Amino acid sequence: MADQALRKAPLAGRHGGSSGARVTPADPATRLALRAGPDAIGTLSLAFGLELPQRPKTSASVSGRHALWLGPDEWLLIDENGADLMGIASGVSALHSATDVSHRNTAILVSGPDAAAAIAAACPLDLGKSVFPVGAAARTVLGKIEIVLLRTGEEDYRVECWRSFSSYAFGMLVEGAEDAGL
Amino acid sequence: MLLIYCPYCEEERSELEFRHGGDAHIARPTNMADISDEEFQEFFFLRDNPKGLIFERWRHIHGCGRFFNAARDTVSDKFYMSYKAGEPKPDIPGVTTATEKTVETYEATEGTAK
Ligand SMILES: [Zn+2]
Repeated sequence: MADQALRKAPLAGRHGGSSGARVTPADPATRLALRAGPDAIGTLSLAFGLELPQRPKTSASVSGRHALWLGPDEWLLIDENGADLMGIASGVSALHSATDVSHRNTAILVSGPDAAAAIAAACPLDLGKSVFPVGAAARTVLGKIEIVLLRTGEEDYRVECWRSFSSYAFGMLVEGAEDAGL
Repeated sequence: MLLIYCPYCEEERSELEFRHGGDAHIARPTNMADISDEEFQEFFFLRDNPKGLIFERWRHIHGCGRFFNAARDTVSDKFYMSYKAGEPKPDIPGVTTATEKTVETYEATEGTAK
């Protein structure tokens, strides 16, 4: 009998892409699905140390912690340093709903001059600079699955997807990266 | 690709992100327990299925998640406009709502063909 259960990263060891777009699994992170009305936004922003965005397709980032606008009362919080987001949320008395989705999601990083083209191979969102600038974020689709896309740099994107779909998402992005290089 | 304007995201997004939600502005009876089976059937099951302008619920399910309403032409698939849930049914200039009299119903065309 095994002494302990080992947590296996869903995309451990995977790599791919092309000379124009690297596709790599992101490091583990903590994540929160956050719902709250307008009354609680100020208090929650103070607690998490960043301003929860209130405009469509926007995000806020402070030293590895990101808050992505998903809907008028819905955010995805990501902390790349693994901070205890649930612990922070539980200290906020303003009415809100927080669900730990750290292990429901995993993320894939797509970087390089062809990164947007690699994603656009299976994603209908307009990734043009004027409508999806650095810091823009949106829930959308990639092929047959739902993703949350965050533009982290001029040529860098973070694709959040459900863990069980990550193999599909990774394969789709690798195909897109190869096609973009043709 | 069909683009649909989401009033919450305030922009046009691909139809792939949306799900159709049936007729809009269906008023739920306030006296549900008192109405007859026929009245319940009328409210719950029976829809007009017009040829032309229709007001429908849509959900931006793979986007902001919100339900909203849209005015669409059932023949051309053209979206005239969309508006937030709870807002009144708008007037669409130059377009009249299709009725039983303006569309080819089964009764009018095939009903008597024995
Ligand atoms: Zn929307």
